[in-house]
Amino acid sequence: MSIRALIVDDSSVMRKIVERSLRQAGLDLSKVSEAGNGAEALAVLADTQVDLILCDINMPVMDGLEFNKQLPGVPNAKDVPVVMITTEGSESHVVQALSCGARGYIRKPFTPDQVKEHVVPVLGGKI
Amino acid sequence: MNSTHVVHAASENHAGWLPLLEISIREVFELMLSSQLGKVEAIDHSNMNVTAMVGLAGQLCGVLSVRCNGKAAALMTSKMLGVDVDKVGAEMSDALGEVCNMVAGNFKNKISGLAEGCLLSPPTVIVGDDYCLYSQADEPGLQVDLLFEEMPMTVSLQIQG
Repeated sequence: MSIRALIVDDSSVMRKIVERSLRQAGLDLSKVSEAGNGAEALAVLADTQVDLILCDINMPVMDGLEFNKQLPGVPNAKDVPVVMITTEGSESHVVQALSCGARGYIRKPFTPDQVKEHVVPVLGGKI
Repeated sequence: MNSTHVVHAASENHAGWLPLLEISIREVFELMLSSQLGKVEAIDHSNMNVTAMVGLAGQLCGVLSVRCNGKAAALMTSKMLGVDVDKVGAEMSDALGEVCNMVAGNFKNKISGLAEGCLLSPPTVIVGDDYCLYSQADEPGLQVDLLFEEMPMTVSLQIQG
């Protein structure tokens, strides 16, 4: 089954790298949407259905943790799994992200295999 | 998988961090650019006209910078994005900034106490070589010189306090 993904990162280069890593990991992406911060991502989700969200933590305007807190209020996306991809590697960041609703956590730098390892389980039966 | 070497942030001997800085750089290039960095004895900094910087604040204050020439920066971008080097354009600054950000993040995650106690600024990138950088660092910085695809590259960490 093909996957519709939303990639949220303030770096356009990193968004492209994440998309490339998802494809290298073997995911069949039918559509990839992008957002530069949490607020833009919420706006995208207002009229776009996705199956997976990959999200940075440190971003301007609205960071990834706040985005996760607000996600349950978006009817289109309240059950969509979120995997954080970030340079922040402390245990407290991981705990904070997971307690905000994230389902996975990938530290930069990463390989496509690491992306697959964290993304495939949260997609469940969708692939 | 990332290295798990750990040194405590309170160590007064910052020179002991040099191997961890080098490991941090090598991991970013191996994982994100599929590139093995070479060793270099002496390096010519004169043509390094692209500089990315990330500020560190908290338990460790300072600036981490990555310097290289434009050709190296374009090739890094090409390898990160999987595009031909002659197709690389304005995204070069963003790419080098991300390299710098990942090196800084990877490095602080290897020092006990810094992962949580040190924040990173968004990257800043300078293109050109006619500038002076004045830092409030009060001790000699750490510097790692390496070869990226036979082109020189310098990563330095200026530590304040």
